[in-house]
Amino acid sequence: MSAASYDVAIVGGGPAGLSAAIELRARGVAKVALFERGDEAGGIPRHCGHPLFGMREFGRILTGPAYARRLVAAALAAGVTVLPKHTVVHTGPGGRLTVASPNGIETIQAARILIATGAREATRAQLLVPGLRPLGVMNTAALQAFVYQEGRVPFRRPLIVGSELVSLSAILTCRSHGIRPIAMVENELDVQARRAFFALPRVLRVPVMPGAQILAIEGRPRVTSVRLRLADGTETLLACDGVIFSGRFVPEAALTEASALVLDPATGGPEIDQHGRGSDPGIFFAGNMVHPIETAGHCWAEGRRVAGMIAAELADRAKSEPKEARGRRVIAGAGLKYVVPQRLTTEGTGTAPVLNVRALGAANGQLILSDGSGTILRSQSINAAPQKPIRFSLAGLDLAGESSDLRLRLEPKA
Amino acid sequence: MVAFGNPVDTAIIGAGVVGCAMARRFCLEGASVVVLERAPDILSGASKANSAILHTGFDAPPGSVELQCMQAGYAEYMQIREDFNLPILDTGAMVAAWSDSEEARLPELLEQALLNGVADARLLSRAEVVAREPALGAHVRAALLVPREVIIDPWSAPLAYAMQAKALGAGFHFNAGLLSARFDGDLWHLQTPIGTLTARSVINAAGIHGDSVERMLIGGSQFEIRPRKGQFVVFDKAAAKHLRTILLPVPTARTKGVVLIRTIFGNLLVGPTAEEQEERDRPDVTRPELDMLIAKAVELVPALAQAQVTAVYAGLRPASEEKHYRLHSLPEKGYFCAGGIRSTGLTAALGIARHVHGLWAQDRTAGGKPITAPPIFPLPNLAEHLPRDWQVPGHGGIVCHCEMVTGREIEAALSSPLPPGDFGGLRRRTRCAMGRCQGFNCLARLNSLTEGRLSVPIAPEADR
Repeated sequence: MSAASYDVAIVGGGPAGLSAAIELRARGVAKVALFERGDEAGGIPRHCGHPLFGMREFGRILTGPAYARRLVAAALAAGVTVLPKHTVVHTGPGGRLTVASPNGIETIQAARILIATGAREATRAQLLVPGLRPLGVMNTAALQAFVYQEGRVPFRRPLIVGSELVSLSAILTCRSHGIRPIAMVENELDVQARRAFFALPRVLRVPVMPGAQILAIEGRPRVTSVRLRLADGTETLLACDGVIFSGRFVPEAALTEASALVLDPATGGPEIDQHGRGSDPGIFFAGNMVHPIETAGHCWAEGRRVAGMIAAELADRAKSEPKEARGRRVIAGAGLKYVVPQRLTTEGTGTAPVLNVRALGAANGQLILSDGSGTILRSQSINAAPQKPIRFSLAGLDLAGESSDLRLRLEPKA
Repeated sequence: MVAFGNPVDTAIIGAGVVGCAMARRFCLEGASVVVLERAPDILSGASKANSAILHTGFDAPPGSVELQCMQAGYAEYMQIREDFNLPILDTGAMVAAWSDSEEARLPELLEQALLNGVADARLLSRAEVVAREPALGAHVRAALLVPREVIIDPWSAPLAYAMQAKALGAGFHFNAGLLSARFDGDLWHLQTPIGTLTARSVINAAGIHGDSVERMLIGGSQFEIRPRKGQFVVFDKAAAKHLRTILLPVPTARTKGVVLIRTIFGNLLVGPTAEEQEERDRPDVTRPELDMLIAKAVELVPALAQAQVTAVYAGLRPASEEKHYRLHSLPEKGYFCAGGIRSTGLTAALGIARHVHGLWAQDRTAGGKPITAPPIFPLPNLAEHLPRDWQVPGHGGIVCHCEMVTGREIEAALSSPLPPGDFGGLRRRTRCAMGRCQGFNCLARLNSLTEGRLSVPIAPEADR
């Protein structure tokens, strides 16, 4: 039996994968398949039952589920083969995919592969949070799946751990389902999203406690309380019936690992060049697995951009065999958590690359890009909240002449 | 309330691995059996948190009952495992020496292994160790290799014992902790929250509560349980490639020490700690100990510095004030005790069951005839290296993506003759939500799939 074959196989049906699929079809790529392991495509927005989605994509404000439905409908209308309940378990060299579905296991062939498997929140176990291990401890996404997809309310008085945008999304989800969070705690000394956003918990009378360490989760079989050491050193016991671990996103990189593609320990996701190409020249990446974490709109735009590159490559006969991509390495230096892309090639056209940067904690100072000899190529002043995506444009820089590593560092304001 | 009916030959207190193996052995020998378990499911105490090694007994006290039970248990597991589709991961174990003083102790460990009949144990030079395990830290000196130590599925094995007992007529009752007990000279009257059972004999397999159950039964206890907490850290599956062989430390007088070991499910595990504590219901994880375990793992295998943590857990081993098993009986009252089974119980359970049955049968003529052709049924395979359900068409879709658990597997577990009583039981039977996302993706769906079918639901519709 011959393997089913496609021009492009996309793994993951979130905003990045869907927008890439739509763009590929719009650019005349004939056979585009999208493999989604869940029961339906749409990604994380499916269970974010609140606005603000869709401004950039559809020019209007939508809730997450409405946005996800529109993206899926657009992909189907564009002629994308959308395959839910299809799990890609391995990608091999030469565009071979092993796919598991309720019908069993099949091998699929594709000229190019785009992996867009997204990110997930760090678990209580990953964060090594002490205490007992009762029922009622979950991530924001699980809570949202409870209320939006299954119509169930798992608790009434939870504690929210984390202070990122998704933590505020957790508050909105709670309040629209009669759940009253007892507090929001953050182990860092400062909240992780923009301070202005914390008007929301203030208005809703949810106390926000930065600098609070969890000493123990208590209760059996269900959560009954959480013991905390507050920023001022005092200890307190908060009664609650659930704990929501929000944010601290990590890439969903299981397939990438299983396929022995090169990972960047800094992001936990794949190492890519500015076109989204990974260590296998036939495999591209887009969305939150590359840079935990950005908005759905950002991932959507990135999916389109990477799709444009793939379509151009497929249209160019000379390039129909993917080439090994070399290029200059970009290294995240002092004060920075990560820089994406990790490599810059001279290949390909399109807009000048923009580095996507995260600082370790809040960033206030100068971002400085230098080359192997220490020569400063460009600097940019920034002032950003801890988890805020930072853009560093390389427009106008000629990086082709040399091959030494580039280093980006943060010099804090004195 | 449960109508327990006529007196049974034996009541077993506790459905840990020892209680499950005991129920199977007594049923196979033709006895009528009821198991009383205080938790909502089997394996809810120490049996749910071990390192999943099937031991050869190479380091057990020579001539001890423990050694005899371990070796009988090992042999019986190997004999029945294919019938029940119980997996092994054939890894062998190395007791690795990391210092002069540890290296100096290897010959005596070898001698003990040979004395214990583990004839294939042998010393490895540093070069041999490194050739076998290139990822080990550079300061490794030498090792004792024990080729027949293997890794098993610590939950499917006891489940198989319990399922066979159940098929042979054993009653399993949950949320049925012993409240009081009376022996009327002929029969035991065992009062539980779900009713009062009468039995001609009683076997104490109550694990962490072994001594208090013994006091309740015979008014005093020959031993005292000293709970010993063991914490574990489970690394992501990507970390398992760094190690093949079970890595054991040179043991101390008190504990076997921290082990680095693959799991049959494809992860890498480090643990346990050995922490004495008073509380018997508090298997909590604590930050300094978790940090210590991770640091220890990185010291042994430096590449683990990059590894992600998938899960952390803790169990309370029912150690007693003495190191050996507390196997004793009061034949005139039909009382038998399998207590203080602290860390070799998974291996020894089948042997302990034979041993206790031997004591029980000595002065007993009643109790039926041994079953000649017991029912045998394969358990679903959960081992990563063997074919799983998701590879077989018609599974209805994958529910848990990290561990590739299908809807068909969830349904099969829920509708089995010994279904899970709580979420932990479902996790142990199917692997659902045991993976790297810990339910980020599937928890809500699992709640819907199990609605009305677990005695302790994942998330009851919360009160306003």
